[in-house]
Amino acid sequence: MTSSDDSSKTKTSDKKSDNSLAKRFIGLEKSIWIEFGALAIAHKAINVGQGFIDYAPPPYFIDLYKETLDDPNILLHQYTRGFGHRRLVDAISNVYSPYFNRKIDPLNEILVTDGAYPSIFNCIHGFINSGDEAILIEPFYDCYEPMVRSAGGIPRCITLKQKPESTKADISSSSDWTLDKNELESMFNSRTRLIIVNTPNNPTGKVFTREELEHIANLCQKHDVICIADEVYEWIVYDKNKKHIRMATLPNMWERTLTIGSAGKTFSATGLKLGWTIGSQHLMHPCQVVHQNCVYTCPTISQEVVARCFEYELKRLNSPECYFNSISTEFLEKRDKLVQALKECGMKPVVPDGGYFIIADYSQFAGDKFQSDADDMKDFKFVRYLIKEKQLATIPVTGFYTADHRHLAENYIRFCFAKKDETLDKAIEILRKLKTN
Amino acid sequence: MTSSDDSSKMKTSSEKSNNLLAKRYIGLEKSIWTELNALPIVHKAIDLGQGFIDYAPPHYFIDLYKETLDDPNIFLHQYTREMGHRRLVEAISNVYSPYFNRKIDPLTEILVTDGATQSLFNCIHSFINPDDEVILIEPFFSCYEPMVHSACGIPRYIALKPKPESIKADISSSSDWILHKNELESMFNSRTRLIIINTPNNPVGKVFTRNELEHIANLCQKHDVICISDEVYEWIVYDENKKHIRIATLPNMWERTLTIGSAGKTFSSTGLKLGWTIGPQHLMRSCRVVHQNCVISCPTISQEVVARCFEYELKRINSSKCYFNSISNEFLEKRDKFVQALKECGIKPVVPDGGYFILADYSQFAGDKFQSDTDDVKDIKFVRYLTKEKQLATIPATIFYTDDHHHLAENYIRFCFVKKDETLDKAIEILRKLKTN
Repeated sequence: MTSSDDSSKTKTSDKKSDNSLAKRFIGLEKSIWIEFGALAIAHKAINVGQGFIDYAPPPYFIDLYKETLDDPNILLHQYTRGFGHRRLVDAISNVYSPYFNRKIDPLNEILVTDGAYPSIFNCIHGFINSGDEAILIEPFYDCYEPMVRSAGGIPRCITLKQKPESTKADISSSSDWTLDKNELESMFNSRTRLIIVNTPNNPTGKVFTREELEHIANLCQKHDVICIADEVYEWIVYDKNKKHIRMATLPNMWERTLTIGSAGKTFSATGLKLGWTIGSQHLMHPCQVVHQNCVYTCPTISQEVVARCFEYELKRLNSPECYFNSISTEFLEKRDKLVQALKECGMKPVVPDGGYFIIADYSQFAGDKFQSDADDMKDFKFVRYLIKEKQLATIPVTGFYTADHRHLAENYIRFCFAKKDETLDKAIEILRKLKTN
Repeated sequence: MTSSDDSSKMKTSSEKSNNLLAKRYIGLEKSIWTELNALPIVHKAIDLGQGFIDYAPPHYFIDLYKETLDDPNIFLHQYTREMGHRRLVEAISNVYSPYFNRKIDPLTEILVTDGATQSLFNCIHSFINPDDEVILIEPFFSCYEPMVHSACGIPRYIALKPKPESIKADISSSSDWILHKNELESMFNSRTRLIIINTPNNPVGKVFTRNELEHIANLCQKHDVICISDEVYEWIVYDENKKHIRIATLPNMWERTLTIGSAGKTFSSTGLKLGWTIGPQHLMRSCRVVHQNCVISCPTISQEVVARCFEYELKRINSSKCYFNSISNEFLEKRDKFVQALKECGIKPVVPDGGYFILADYSQFAGDKFQSDTDDVKDIKFVRYLTKEKQLATIPATIFYTDDHHHLAENYIRFCFVKKDETLDKAIEILRKLKTN
């Protein structure tokens, strides 16, 4: 090699290591959870931001965990089946089959993952080719968009919009947030591969109606689109007249729907990081391929624990004591308490029909103090202010929108009310003090 | 829409359904492991296949797990820090910094993942752009190749080759398996992005020498290549003169090496599925982006448990009682017992200098009974025969090679010897009976 070759190689070398991130991930570097989670801890804020309970999970959960550790079967500490621990997939099948109106095949129609988050990753990366479109309904859980982009897909975003009368009201309902049917129809075309539906919705708390789901279902069938149904908050619904409806149970939808669930949300133990995808075999196959070429298998002990928890609940599934039923009752009180307080403080809450969260219009409350600019959205600024100056942690709602649509949500922040009363009381006190100042 | 539009859309529909899997994953559907892991269960075979111990992990591991569950800190059941639980990244830093001859920054130079397999996925996908080349050293852990493909990278293969005299010998050493220096040099070019090294190596058991690592290191620096160093068996080495060397500690290598470790292998508890990547901030930044767009965070309880285990061991890290030191003694006996038995049966073992496995040449033992053909390679046939007919499960060596190089390995199978004595004795008995027949 000549010395001129050496020097040209050096030039190229300097570039390579500096720009290390694979192109597919460029632009996807930010995460609201990482930024605001760290901020909340740093400022010792009252945390009504991220979605987790701040009190103990149901007692039987910890009991069954301990019981599992006492089990003489030492193989529970070693690798288990790649697509899901046998005892767990059997339990998931037993619990969910009635809800899906079919016998779910535990070995071919269930994939256990390291949480709903990687379930979403598997579902998106299992199907999207470069240039495929994925319809996302805003506001959406923030990982959907980057996951579509990193798969080479193109997100097409349609926003849930509030009815005009409810934007003016002091208090409104998540069911006032709807999709324009014509607009949704116009989003589907021959390049559409997926649509992601999250019901109950994070952050609005909307529980999609049968009619709304049927409309989406018809479009999926017409355009041969796969529906990813993120149903992690499936057990947390507040209105008997707005029950959680599973997209996969609509006519002809089983064969084109992947339903995602979460052990963390089901048992109020988000630290579990265990989830599952349920769907017909031909759809599960691509998810399995991604899974086996990413993590291969999930932890054994936590799968065994969740299996035992499901078996425990299966015995009392129709009783009000069953955690899947009692959890809504427990959270309903907290929801109503916080909604009331937000209203009194001059924020305009959107009362959720399901889930952990309330979004509220803070614009009158905050006045003109915060404005969006090229660097930052006003809700991000307001949330940072609340954390740093007032020790109250919430989440900015524009984080749930694609860049072009963020302005639609800049007046909203998101509160998590699935917290112990002491936390909610402290949060409410901070808001009241703020109001008077 | 006209009816001709309808019918053309229908054709495309069924095409679409048939071609579901994203193109990046086409060709990666089969995991031979799914079959291989199921076989011993189905045939109730003595399992010397997959790499896990079949007896209890160190007792303090289970004690610390139970202690963690008794902890009144209920936040241990909820989400933790995305890049790694604080207590754990600090413990990893405290344990590993001396071994890396530097203070490893727990917050910017460590990423906790859902297992070493996931660390590998993360490292590969963080840096590979379409058509980037990745050098893989055969035999390699079978997940490397599909992970490079799904990132649209191009794998380039170079095989460790046993010295001619050791192929003939009844018994040989893993250190006889070497890379041809000129061949390796010829693999590096301006498109080379990564090289993956695995030391101690699975399945050969080779512990790369300083000389060998320096040669690789020089090539990495010359061509500005990132080295992914899979060191999951780092604590399991059998010869004091062949210590485990971390390539990240070689001159100028810290800035271009990502080192992968495994809690499952470190604490003989593979069901944990927890791992970590250690590396310089500028590379870890990219790994973090992929992590937050795939799994975002790992389970809390297991991270807390592993942190406590590391703290426990840190107190006695230089003593012979420390598990990281005693584990090799425990396994050494088993290795020697099994090597001896294989030799006596006419199966030619390659004595490993590290790790869980022994590769052995079974060709004389099996005679001409098994031949490679278009359907299957002979070692896979032999493994299936052993499992189904003789209830002894092993792993075929060709799965650690790319298809084109199968001929290099078709005479070898892999035995996992880190099993309780009872298991090894039964396996040896089966081999002896086979020999006499």
